[in-house]
Amino acid sequence: MKNMLGPKFFLWLDGRYNLEPIKNLILHKKVPVHKHTLWYYMGGVTLFLFFIQLATGILLLMYYQPGENNAYESLKFILIKVKFGWLIRNLHAWSANLMIFFAFVHMFSVFFTRAYKNPRELTWVSGFILLVLGMAFGFSGYLLPWNELAFFATKVGTDIAGAVPFVGEELKIILRGGEDVTGATLSRFFGFHVAILPAIFTIFLIIHLLMVQRQGMSEPEFFKNLPEGKKKYISFVPDFAMRDFFLWLLVFYLLLFLTVFYQWELGLKANSLASAPAGIKPEWYFMFMFQSLKILPPHILFLEGETFGVLFFSAAGLFWMIIPFIKFKNKLLSKQSFMRYFGILVVLFIIIMTVIGYLE
Amino acid sequence: MGINRRYFFKTLLNIGGLGAVGAVSYPVIEFMDPPKSGEPNVSSIKAGKTSEFEYGSARILKFGRKPVILIREKSGEFHALFATCTHLDCIVQYRNDTNQILCACHNGVFDLKGRNVSGPPPKPLTELAVNILNDEIIISTS
Ligand code: HEM
Ligand code: FES
Repeated sequence: MKNMLGPKFFLWLDGRYNLEPIKNLILHKKVPVHKHTLWYYMGGVTLFLFFIQLATGILLLMYYQPGENNAYESLKFILIKVKFGWLIRNLHAWSANLMIFFAFVHMFSVFFTRAYKNPRELTWVSGFILLVLGMAFGFSGYLLPWNELAFFATKVGTDIAGAVPFVGEELKIILRGGEDVTGATLSRFFGFHVAILPAIFTIFLIIHLLMVQRQGMSEPEFFKNLPEGKKKYISFVPDFAMRDFFLWLLVFYLLLFLTVFYQWELGLKANSLASAPAGIKPEWYFMFMFQSLKILPPHILFLEGETFGVLFFSAAGLFWMIIPFIKFKNKLLSKQSFMRYFGILVVLFIIIMTVIGYLE
Repeated sequence: MGINRRYFFKTLLNIGGLGAVGAVSYPVIEFMDPPKSGEPNVSSIKAGKTSEFEYGSARILKFGRKPVILIREKSGEFHALFATCTHLDCIVQYRNDTNQILCACHNGVFDLKGRNVSGPPPKPLTELAVNILNDEIIISTS
C-alpha cells in the first residue's frame, strides 16, 4: 500500500487525517474460502455494472433530450449520427438488465447462505432497497426513448399503481404528471431517472458498502464450525480484489459481446392516438408480478383482482425486506431447512411466472 | 432554572424543527401534484366526411383529452366509442375480420356496442352517438 501511494505522501495524509480505517481494510480484511465463495463476488459485479450505468448514462445526457417531440428523435440521432452512439446506448440498455439480474442473484445468494441474519439485518434491508431502486431505474428509463412499446407498458404499469386502495388515483397522477401518460410523464420520468433516483441510490449504496466493510464477509455455519486451523482465508487486498477485477473484466467482455451482436431495438415512435400493438410487455424483471396479476380473477373476496395483487406483492416485498427480524416461535418454522424451502419456493414462483409470461 | 431553560430550548427546537419539516414537505408534495389540465370538456367533435371513410376500417380521434375510436363496419354502419381499454388503459383497435374491438395489450375483446366479451376487461367501453349531417360525421356524447 505504502509503495502504491508513495510512502511520503501516505505518511503526510496519515499524519493529518488518521487513515487507520483504510489501513485496516487494506492490511487486515480477509475473505473466507469455501465451496460458496463464488457468491461473494455477485455484489461486486452488480456494483461494477452500476458504474457502467453512471458512465454511459452521463454520456447519453450529452445528446438525449426529453419531451414528446424530441426524445425519440434525439435517440435516433444518437444511434445514427453520433460516433459510437449505438455503442453507448446499447451498453446502457444491456448493462441495466445485467445489473438487475446480478442484483437478484446477489440477493438470493445472501438468502441461501443465510448471511442476512444477525448481525447483518440492516445490510439486508439496505440491499433490498437498492434492488427496488434499481427496478425503479429500469421502469423510468424504459419510457425515455418514447417508443410505442414503452408508452403502452408505462400506461399499463402506472394504471396498476392506480389500483392501490385509497391513494392509488393520487399516486397514479403524481407518477404520470397528469391523468394520462403524456409528455409531462416523460419529463417526470426523466427527472426520476437522472436526478432523484441516482441521488437516493448513491446514498443507500454508500450505506450498504460501509456496513459490509465494517462487518467483513459473513461466514456460513459449516465454515464457522471448522477448527481454527482448517479455516482458509485470502486477503481482501490484493487477492480478493484481483479476482474481483478479473471477474469485472469478464463481465465487461460479455457486455461488449451482447452490445455489439444484439442491438437493443428503438421501435416505432409513441403515438397517443394509435391502437396498442400486440406484444406489449413489461421488462423481464417485472414479468413475474405482471403475469400473476393477469392470472388473478377479476374479483377476490371484496377486492378487485388488481387491487388484491398489488396489496399481495407489497406485503410480500415488505415481508421479504424484514425477514432477518422475524423470529418464528413455532419449532418447525424456525428450522433452517424451512427457510431454505421457502426461498426455493420464491425462486421457483418467480421463474415459472416469468416463463409463462413469455410463452403466452 | 438550568433544567427549565434547557427544556424550553429543547421544546422550541422540536416545535421549530417539526414546523420546518412541514414547511418543506408540504409544498414539495403539492408541487409534485400536477395542475388540472386546462383542456375543455368536449361534448361533440367533427370527424370528417363519410365519403372519405373506407368500409371496414377505423380511426382513433381526439375527443377533448380522450381518444375515441370511430369504426365503419363493412356494411357501412358507423360506431364510436371511447377507445381507452377498461382493463389497464391501453388503446383498443377494430378488427374487421371478426368485426369486434380488440385490445392487443392483454387480448381483451369487446363487441361493437362496447360490451366486454372476453379477456380481462372488467367493464364495457362507453358508446358515443354518431350523426351524419350533409356527409359530415359528428360524434357526440349521447
Ligand atoms: C441503476 C442504474 C440505471 C438503470 C437500471 C438504467 C436503466 C435505463 C433503461 C432501461 C433505459 C432505456 C434503455 C433504452 O431503451 O435505450 C435508460 C435510458 C436512459 N438512461 Fe438510464 N439507467 C440507470 C442509470 C442512469 C444514470 C445514472 C443516468 C444518468 C445520469 C442515466 C441516463 C439515461 C438516459 C439519458 C437514457 C435515455 C437514453 C436511452 O433510452 O437509451 N441512466 N436507462
Ligand atoms: S389493457 Fe386492454 S386488455 Fe389489458
